[in-house]
Amino acid sequence: MAQPDVLSQAFELGFTYTRSTGPVVGRFLTGLRDRRIFGIRASDGRVIVPPMEYDPATAEALDEFVEVGQQGEIVSWCWVKQPRASHPMDTAFAWAMIRLDGADVPMIHCVTAAAEEDLATGARVQVVWAAETRGYITDIRCFELIGE
Amino acid sequence: MTAMKEIAVVAFSQSDCLARAGAANEVELIMPQLRAVFGQVGLNNAQDVDFVCSGSCDYLQGAAFAFVAGVDALGAVPPIKESHVEMDAAWALYESILKIRMDQAESALIYGFAKASAGELPTVLSQQLDPYYLAPLWVDSVSLAAMQARLLIEKGLATEQAMAGVVARARKHAMVNPHAQVSGEVSIETLLAADTVVSPLRESDCAPVADGAAAMIICTVDKAREWGVPYAVISGIDHRIETHNLGMRDLTDSPSTRQAAAGAGVGRGAVEVAELCAPFSHQEIILTRALGLGDDTVINPSGGVMAGNLMMASGLARIGEVFRRIVSGDISRGVAHATSGPCLQHNLVAVLESA
Amino acid sequence: MSEDTEAVTRIETPVYLQYNFTAGRAPARFLERIRQGVLTGQRCPRCANVYIPPRGSCPACGVPTEEEVVLPDKATVQSFTVVAIPIPNNPIKPPFVIANLVLDGANISFIHLMSECENSEVHIGQRVQAVWKPEAEWTYAMDNIRYFKPIDEPDVPVDRIGRLPIGGWEDEQ
Ligand SMILES: [Zn+2]
Repeated sequence: MAQPDVLSQAFELGFTYTRSTGPVVGRFLTGLRDRRIFGIRASDGRVIVPPMEYDPATAEALDEFVEVGQQGEIVSWCWVKQPRASHPMDTAFAWAMIRLDGADVPMIHCVTAAAEEDLATGARVQVVWAAETRGYITDIRCFELIGE
Repeated sequence: MTAMKEIAVVAFSQSDCLARAGAANEVELIMPQLRAVFGQVGLNNAQDVDFVCSGSCDYLQGAAFAFVAGVDALGAVPPIKESHVEMDAAWALYESILKIRMDQAESALIYGFAKASAGELPTVLSQQLDPYYLAPLWVDSVSLAAMQARLLIEKGLATEQAMAGVVARARKHAMVNPHAQVSGEVSIETLLAADTVVSPLRESDCAPVADGAAAMIICTVDKAREWGVPYAVISGIDHRIETHNLGMRDLTDSPSTRQAAAGAGVGRGAVEVAELCAPFSHQEIILTRALGLGDDTVINPSGGVMAGNLMMASGLARIGEVFRRIVSGDISRGVAHATSGPCLQHNLVAVLESA
Repeated sequence: MSEDTEAVTRIETPVYLQYNFTAGRAPARFLERIRQGVLTGQRCPRCANVYIPPRGSCPACGVPTEEEVVLPDKATVQSFTVVAIPIPNNPIKPPFVIANLVLDGANISFIHLMSECENSEVHIGQRVQAVWKPEAEWTYAMDNIRYFKPIDEPDVPVDRIGRLPIGGWEDEQ
């Protein structure tokens, strides 16, 4: 039997999901729409941003929302030289774990900077809001470094 | 109450790690490995074992229910007892062990496969993250690992030098692994001379993604004796998962691995060999520490997943590598590890011993 | 900022992923041959069942299939349904018939369209034959066959469907 050519076909797979947020995620996303950021207090007193519905240690339902700051500190980061098509930026940028002021647990989002050298663990950043906020995590367009 | 049934591994086979399996479909990837393990025991097809469990992830090749096609490789007429996990096949092994220990089966065939080259793996894996907070940002798996690596480096728990050392040793070990995708002598200096891709990670710090398949047959020790084949005993196996919230985990440690190792009884004897599923170089450093391995343990003599990361089968292949070394008489006790999820979220540890 | 004051309770989270599908060795061989207007199945070395389109294995025996078998384009209706809703992005207008068809000499059915028939008269055991597109339009695709149409041959009894020789129903009789 002759070996056939490798036949291939590019295709796009789409899952057009709509998700129910539930009260906790919904409260956080509603906050983003209003350009405010809410965390939730865990059983050990730590403020988790974005809020979790249940305490990861005790599994207790959480409901004490705490508004946190729109500035924070980079806990860890990486520099993406060549963004992927799916990434929220189309030029080099950083992903970072950011601990917002008033929060104890870092959140993951992207940070814009002109160059990798501008970034450092411990650097201060602030939220850049999207032009239109609609109740999505992407209402935070990115974070930017706070100038000296 | 009777003692828990001892589980024996009697056969293992894996495909070459290929960047692109190209011409082969899922069935064509799986079939040679099934033929190989059936051959090692002298069985015909899946009718000759009591249970079959596979591990794969339909998202990787973008074909819903792709795993069902795998059943075409089995010989499932008349119907067989079959199950599937949307995970590495190491967890299919775990399910099969439970099945045997519940007296539902005396033997099981386990296989894992993927054709990850069909998609952009790090992007596909971003969609396994929190669907409200992370998936809409499309944070890819390499970037998450890179942030983990930086935490490790800045805490003084690893250096880029040490990470390159992991890679260099893996590639050297892989020179005797006929299935390896990447192997050869390379110096730490050469590795470090390359630019980072997602700093602090270099391309060499990231396991090459491979298409392929692996298969294993396990059974009770009584059955292994009846079949008259060499075997290794799985003296312990356990798996633990950490919270999905990456911000709440200590990413520089792997408490789930440590707990699974305790559950599997890693410390009850010398560990001659450890095959660790560390898709990023720094993760091998985390795992080695969490497992409490010292200089007397040879880590990843096969080259590990740095030599070729058979998606959805690499964890099973780690167990298979330890099995091969035990039945060949090279060692009498070894540890195998499998992982799943971002930044070593979910970890399985197995201890294998000679009969 | 949005003028919405209602709390957010639902979000749209579409996921679009790009893939490159490869057909596999056996399907690629089938597609290569159908591009030339030839229907090619594979025979199981153990149970002798013939599969078309082939996937490279006998699902019953769990062994690789390699022997190629060229099949005619006559088939028997194993089952069918009359579809009253449109296929998205497809020019075929409802109501139309899709059927499980077994080619003569094959032991497994595939799904294709039926046309040039009264929908109300389509029935299990009915004999049909492929209506091909013009040769110039042939490509690596099953829809080189536009549809199957009824032919003037006696019905196949249910217990013979999927068991006809390559020579077809008339050979069998
Ligand atoms: Zn067969």
